[in-house]
Amino acid sequence: MNKHPVSLTVNGDQYDLLIEPRKTLLATLRDTIGLTGSKEGCSTGDCGACTVIIDGKAITSCLMLAVSANGKEITTIEGLSSNGHLHPLQQGFIEKGGYQCGFCTPGFIMASKAYLDEIPNPTEAELRHALGGNICRCTGYTKIIEAVMSAAEAMRNA
Amino acid sequence: MRNFEFFEPTTVEEASSLLAQYNGKARLLAGGTDLIIGMKARTEMPEYVISLENIPGLDGITYDEGSGLRVGAMTKMRALETDAIIRDRYTALAEGAAEVGSIQIRHLATLGGNIGHASPAADAAAALLVLDAQVQIGSADGQRTVPIDALFTGPGTTVLEPGEIITAFEFPPRPANSGSQYLKQKIREVMDLAFVGVASAVTLNDGAVENTRIGLAAVAPTPIRATEAEGIINRYHPVTKEILEQAAEAASAQSRPISDLRCSAEYRRQIVGVLTRRTVQTAINRAQS
Repeated sequence: MNKHPVSLTVNGDQYDLLIEPRKTLLATLRDTIGLTGSKEGCSTGDCGACTVIIDGKAITSCLMLAVSANGKEITTIEGLSSNGHLHPLQQGFIEKGGYQCGFCTPGFIMASKAYLDEIPNPTEAELRHALGGNICRCTGYTKIIEAVMSAAEAMRNA
Repeated sequence: MRNFEFFEPTTVEEASSLLAQYNGKARLLAGGTDLIIGMKARTEMPEYVISLENIPGLDGITYDEGSGLRVGAMTKMRALETDAIIRDRYTALAEGAAEVGSIQIRHLATLGGNIGHASPAADAAAALLVLDAQVQIGSADGQRTVPIDALFTGPGTTVLEPGEIITAFEFPPRPANSGSQYLKQKIREVMDLAFVGVASAVTLNDGAVENTRIGLAAVAPTPIRATEAEGIINRYHPVTKEILEQAAEAASAQSRPISDLRCSAEYRRQIVGVLTRRTVQTAINRAQS
């Protein structure tokens, strides 16, 4: 089968790749580019661990073919910190204990970032609804919501 | 996932020709949130995948007071859910779109994919039924239009011929004194499949309820209209609690649900009545405000 030329901008760096059409964006990020922060949980779009941001919008990267992401700008968890400074969401998860095993954390943080960029001042109920596509198998939801709410406040005051 | 040949046509005609040429071995890729899951599970093993992503004009929402609403087939669920005109005038469609998956899924999933997949439980389908959607279908041979209530033929099947592609949905204008609602019975608040979905839409004329539409999802082999119940609401003025109850019973009677692992047919039939009563009342309230 023919490989396709695919050009991706990931966290500001451009990658020109030749990819089999069956490769998902998630597999390409992890196996080809080597960015393993985005996780494969369910592989059916239910758990949200693979969430990345494409052109400003959070998507489940396990359900997108890499060939469909051609020409797009992608941000992964590895692209959030700048100059050695953690993003307020990363800081919030550390301060509030928003993770236990940590597997769901990149997905929660990327989904939260895209949502807060759109809605900077959500109620807790709105935030819980918006994060309904992210599952924490350790069930640490209370601390996750606290982390995102405190990060939202820090981002508004920044 | 098995490998496949990947095509990115830039016109509907080109996509249609490929689809017809590889009939039975090709699948269209819209948002991918059903197809890619199926391909991973090997319930779908297309040899050819034809992406609709690069065809200009398939994605977008346009509204005109005179001609109504047009939604391109590749329009994302999240765009429908957040569009001001759709939320205001075609509320059931915004609410149906918002019930699909998660935000991440709704940034990928398209209206054309949701309808073309023809799941009896499709959240947007009940809304399309009550908002009188016309389905624009394109192919290499030209265009045709099918009303939404004539599109579905069974679970996963439609009247589309080999090579035909859904390109857009058109909705007649809705006056300010109209209202609609979609409600879904489910366990989880998000990311759940409907046990039952009901959409209702009404228009008021001098306080009388007209043009009632009631659409039911997940309670028959296809999404269906509850026409008996619609007639009851249209016939009586004012629409009292008793009339709503009669309509609810008629909608229940017209549903043909199955029992499965998730719930029983009896439960589904009862919920059809409950949601019919609630959505008709809310549609009337919204039309009044």
